[in-house]
Amino acid sequence: MYFYLKNLNATQQIGALFIIVFGLLLLSSIVAFVLSLREYGDDAAGDLRRKELKSLDGVIRTSWLMMFVFWVGWVAGDWVALTLFGLVSFFALREFLTLSPTRRGDHRSLVLAFFVVLPIQYWLVGTEHFDMFAVFIPVYVFLALPLTSALANDPLRFLERNAKLQWGIMVCIYGMSHVPALLMLNFPGYDNKNAFMVFFLVLVVQTCMATQHLVSRKLQRAPVAPAISQSFNWPSWWIGIGVASVFGALLAGITPWVPGTAFAFSFIACLAGSMGHFVMKALKRDRGIPSWGNEGTGVTGAGGLLDRVDALCFAAPVFFHSAKWYFGL
Amino acid sequence: MFPLCIIPAMLAKLMSYFLLGLIRVLTGAQARWHGCPPKAEQRIYFANHQSHADLVMIWAALPKELRHITRAIAAKDYWTKTPFKKWLTTEVFNVIYVSRDRTADEDPLEPLMDALTNGDSIILFPEGTRGHFEEPQAFKAGLYNLATKFPHVVLVPAWINNVQHVLPKGEVVPVPVLCSVTFGAPMQVQAGEDHRSFLTRARNAVIALRDV
Repeated sequence: MYFYLKNLNATQQIGALFIIVFGLLLLSSIVAFVLSLREYGDDAAGDLRRKELKSLDGVIRTSWLMMFVFWVGWVAGDWVALTLFGLVSFFALREFLTLSPTRRGDHRSLVLAFFVVLPIQYWLVGTEHFDMFAVFIPVYVFLALPLTSALANDPLRFLERNAKLQWGIMVCIYGMSHVPALLMLNFPGYDNKNAFMVFFLVLVVQTCMATQHLVSRKLQRAPVAPAISQSFNWPSWWIGIGVASVFGALLAGITPWVPGTAFAFSFIACLAGSMGHFVMKALKRDRGIPSWGNEGTGVTGAGGLLDRVDALCFAAPVFFHSAKWYFGL
Repeated sequence: MFPLCIIPAMLAKLMSYFLLGLIRVLTGAQARWHGCPPKAEQRIYFANHQSHADLVMIWAALPKELRHITRAIAAKDYWTKTPFKKWLTTEVFNVIYVSRDRTADEDPLEPLMDALTNGDSIILFPEGTRGHFEEPQAFKAGLYNLATKFPHVVLVPAWINNVQHVLPKGEVVPVPVLCSVTFGAPMQVQAGEDHRSFLTRARNAVIALRDV
C-alpha cells in the first residue's frame, strides 16, 4: 500500500484516497442503516442496542462531516480551510463556555476571546507567523483576558472564572488552530501536498477514537477511573492506539515519511488525542453533564461538537510541533 | 418596471433573515417543545423576562409558520424611542405596543385584546419588566384577565434560558452563548380560581420548565 500510494501522482493519490475513505464511510453508513432496520424489544437489552446504534450513528456522522470539511478545504484552498476550522473553533468555544457559566464581569473578556483572539490566531496561521502563533495565546492573551476581567471590578470566584476561559481558549482556539497550521509548513520534498497531512492527522485520530470506543463496548473491562469515565480502560486504549498507528503506517504513502516514522507520529498524535479526550471527560463530570451536547440535560441545545473534536484539539499541537522539530522547520 | 413600493417590505424581510442568521450563530436559538407541539392554534405564550433580547429570541425559536401569526408584546416607550427601533418592531417583528406608564383613561390591555380578537397568537412577559435575578418576579394580573376574557385561547408557559448572558445591560457587543426556549404543557384558568392563585400557578409552571 505504501509503495502503491507513493508512486501515484498527487491527483491520483487524491482519487484513490477519496474512493477508499468515502467508500468506507458509505459502507459503515449502510451497515448502521441496516442495523437500525432490525427490530429490538422494549426490554433493557433492546434499549442498550438502540443506545449503541445512536452513538455509532454519531461517530459516523462526525466522520462524514470531517471528511467533508477536509474535502472543501482541499478544493477551495488554504484560506477557506482556515475559515472552516475557525468556525469549528467558534462553535466549540461557544459550547464550552455555555456549560462553564461566567459572570457579567467577564462579558468584555468573552467578546475579546470570540471576536479578537480567535480571528487573530487564525490570521497568524494564515500569514505563517509561526513564532507569534505559538506564543500569542499562552503569553499575551494569558495576561490580556484576566486584565479585562479584573477591570470589570468583580472579584467573586475570579481565579475559577478566568481558568475556565483560558482553558476554553487553549483547547478550542489554540489546539484547533494547529490543524490548519499543518497546511502552512514547507516539508522538504513534499511539493506542497500539505492538505494530506491534515487529512492524515484527522483520519488517524478519528480512527483511534472510533476503535477505542467500539472495543471498550465489546471488552467490558473494569474502567480505570470509574468516577470519570465508565468506558475508559487500558486494554481498549492500547488497541485503539495500536490500530490507528498501524493504519497511519499504511497511509505513509501520502505523508513525507516512511512507514516506521508515520507509525511513530500516528502514535504520538493518538496518545495526545485519546488522553485529551479523557481529560475533557473529567471536565464534563465536573460540570455534571454526560456530554457537551444535548443528550443529557439538553438545556443548552448544544450540538455536541466539542465531544467530537476534543481529541483533535489535543492531538494537533503535539503533532504539529513534533513534525516541525523532526524536519527542523 | 420594478415597483418601488415593495422595497420597504423587502428590506424588512432581509432584516429578518439577517437577524435570524445572527441569532442562530450566536445562540443556536433552539426551541424545545415539552408538553405541546408547535401547532397553529391561537395561543398566549408567557415567558420569563431577563433581557431585551428575549423578544428576539422567542421570535427566532418559533417555527416559520408560527412566527407569522404570533405577535410579541413590547414596551412602547422603549421600542419606539428611535426610528430604527420603531421600524424594527413594527415592520420586522410586528409587535403589539403597550404603554407602561398608565394614563387613567386607557386600558393597557386593549391592544392585546384587539390582537386576540383578530385571531393572532401573542407572546407575553407577565413580569412586566426585566428581572435581575434567577427567579422571575411575581406575575402581573394582565395574563389572568386575558385568559378569562378569551377562554378558548391556549395558554403555553415558556422558559427562556441563558439570554441574559448574551447581552448584559449596558453592553453593546453580544457574546455567543447557547440559548434555548422550552415550551411546556398548556394550562387553563380553573373554574372559580381567583387571579392570585392562578398567577402563582402560572409562574410555577414557567419556573418548572427551567429544569426539564
